Amino acid sequence: MINLLLFPVLIPFLFATILLFFPKKVKAQRVITTLGLLTALVSAFALLWKVKTDGVQSLTLGSWAPPFGITMVSDMMSTLLVTSSLLIALFVVWFSFTSIGIKRETSFYYPAILFMLTGVNGAFTTGDIFNMFVFFEVLLMSSYVLIVLGGEKVQLRESIKYILVNVVSSSLFVITVGYLYSIVGTLNMADISIKLAAIGQAGIVTVIAVLFLIVFGIKGAIFPLFFWLPGSYAAPPIPVLTLFGALLTKVGVYAIIRTYTLFFTTDIGFTHELLMIISILTIIAGCIGALAYFDVKKIVIYNIIIAVGVILFGASVMNESGMMGSIFYLIHDILIKGALFLLIGVIIHITGTSDLRKMGGLIKRYPVLGWSYLIAAFGLAGIPPLSGFIGKLLIVQGGLEGELLWQSIFILASSLIVLLSAIRIFIYAFWGEEKGVQQVQPRTYRHLLAPTITLVVITVLYGVGSEYLVPFMTDATTVLLDPSVYTDAVFGGGK
Amino acid sequence: MKTNDLIIQTTTKLVFFIIFLFSIHIFFAGHYTPGGGFVGGLLMSSAIVLLLLAFDLKTVKEMLPVNYTVVTAIGLLISIATAAGSIFFNVPFFTHVYDYFNIPLLGKTSIHTAMFFDTGVYLVVVGVTMTIIQMIGGDE
Amino acid sequence: MEILMSILIGFLFMAAVYLILSRSLLRIIIGTGLLSHGTHLLLLTMGGLGGKAAPVLTEGVTVKDYVDPLPQALILTAIVISFGVTAFSLVLAYRTYKELGTDNMDLMKGTEDND
Repeated sequence: MINLLLFPVLIPFLFATILLFFPKKVKAQRVITTLGLLTALVSAFALLWKVKTDGVQSLTLGSWAPPFGITMVSDMMSTLLVTSSLLIALFVVWFSFTSIGIKRETSFYYPAILFMLTGVNGAFTTGDIFNMFVFFEVLLMSSYVLIVLGGEKVQLRESIKYILVNVVSSSLFVITVGYLYSIVGTLNMADISIKLAAIGQAGIVTVIAVLFLIVFGIKGAIFPLFFWLPGSYAAPPIPVLTLFGALLTKVGVYAIIRTYTLFFTTDIGFTHELLMIISILTIIAGCIGALAYFDVKKIVIYNIIIAVGVILFGASVMNESGMMGSIFYLIHDILIKGALFLLIGVIIHITGTSDLRKMGGLIKRYPVLGWSYLIAAFGLAGIPPLSGFIGKLLIVQGGLEGELLWQSIFILASSLIVLLSAIRIFIYAFWGEEKGVQQVQPRTYRHLLAPTITLVVITVLYGVGSEYLVPFMTDATTVLLDPSVYTDAVFGGGK
Repeated sequence: MKTNDLIIQTTTKLVFFIIFLFSIHIFFAGHYTPGGGFVGGLLMSSAIVLLLLAFDLKTVKEMLPVNYTVVTAIGLLISIATAAGSIFFNVPFFTHVYDYFNIPLLGKTSIHTAMFFDTGVYLVVVGVTMTIIQMIGGDE
Repeated sequence: MEILMSILIGFLFMAAVYLILSRSLLRIIIGTGLLSHGTHLLLLTMGGLGGKAAPVLTEGVTVKDYVDPLPQALILTAIVISFGVTAFSLVLAYRTYKELGTDNMDLMKGTEDND
């Protein structure tokens, strides 16, 4: 099965196509979507196993020789990301059954989610820089559909800005690929890595590195390019927000990590220093936002920005602990953001508002929700033994090994602010006088809570069982720190 | 206001088929020369747009009772199925094959799996373009 | 020739930025169209202009003579994508105009007070 690494990309695409035939049959849409995601998830786990036992998988489409055809590469990092994004999508779809509403379900909601997953998984898997642009566009086009679906006024207004920002950043992406092509004359990422290493330190390569940082920084929401994110993400309904918040920025972060470990390794003194400074600034901006708002959606959205900063800081130090911490934290953040958004989705469903000042005292009637929120909040802040702990510990350790004392202390301090911002939601929404509580049918409540609690349990397991994940993370780190593993896998015929 | 569109309506009835045949020609020309599914699909949808210009949306819907979303879906399915055929032979995805066949009337013709893929592209282009145009035009 | 192309690309980008920064939605969409045109020309220029023969190695054609086919393939892909995005944003702009009753970006600012 040499095509196995394509299955997590193809299966969502195939099922999305099938769903297009009968948009009005809600039952069939739900069943087929779940079936498709489960199949894709099984194939992703099979791929994970294969990458673990046989090393990096690579396949060049159309049987062309590697630098000429489009290459798809699955190393441990991309496989882990593919698996966790399919997992999140499964929970979001489960949550959507009760919360998204029949009107959206009959207007291509599920196909759009599956097409977006095709784009996300494709961007994680591809080994060709222009093909990455194409997959970015696939996921962006579906995200345009998802953000505007339903056609509320606020959605229309915000989606125009979202589309405009992304169109400009896509143009920049193509321009950057054009510059890169004019230097190395190839698009295959493994080939680019070899050619750039042969060129060595050159001004134009640094320019391209910074341009890539801008392009992926717009998608990944780094400072100062995150300006579009809070407004646009707050517009769509909760399941869509969960999907965006958990996955879309991570694609940008993945692309930054991939290009900065594979391509731009010759002028680390400048490019990675810049990445480090920007990641610190990103954390500051995120912290300010997370404390400034009384809107639950906004608070968690600004926490995405903080997480992006933390992950990039770990990647920028370029040593083993930092990189491993980044990957740990990246997967953790996908899962925990998914869980948190679903939790606040339930809160918003109960209170009917996203304003903290209009809610309170939920713990009396909804204790399970309250306590699982508290666990998720602790996990977000990285309190041991929950999921954020090991990642942050390794990142800080990497920072100290890289002789970045103050920056590492700063990362630790930012955890406190993350904790404060998350606990603020807990204090306002669950403690105090009971207000803003609407009558929610117990059945609906249970249906909303089931996927949410399951996801929280998974994040806890991720934290507690991180011991068993270390071999996987070590594999991922090895590939990132040593590009030759990647290039050898591509040019070695991918057997 | 109802204008007298007799000339454009009469010509359109004829020209539609000419454009349609030309789009098929371009589609097959794509085999070895410039052309192919994308251009052919655009030509086909421009023919339908011409119909929309000459008659109104309702009449055209009666003439061509097609659900364009389904056309898009069929196109995608054909394309992905052609490409996925390589999975069953355990060769890399998108690997193409061709052979020569003796077809009655046409003689010795080469048939290429890329042609089936392009058929899908043709249908997707027609489907998507017409969906967009109907969405804007149908909303009076 | 490359210099001429660079000036043209710069001019297209200039016009695109001017249009994107204007207030009317339609102008913004035309601006993004111009932006992608500039990008495609840049891609073509970056691949190296010149070359007379089609990129097929036949008799009398050496590697030096023929055009680099890759930028053209990339441009074709990018054109199709920008076609899709432009069509989508046109539909969206139309819907927005009908819902909000304005195409002025100044009136679409903010999140709370303009509902």
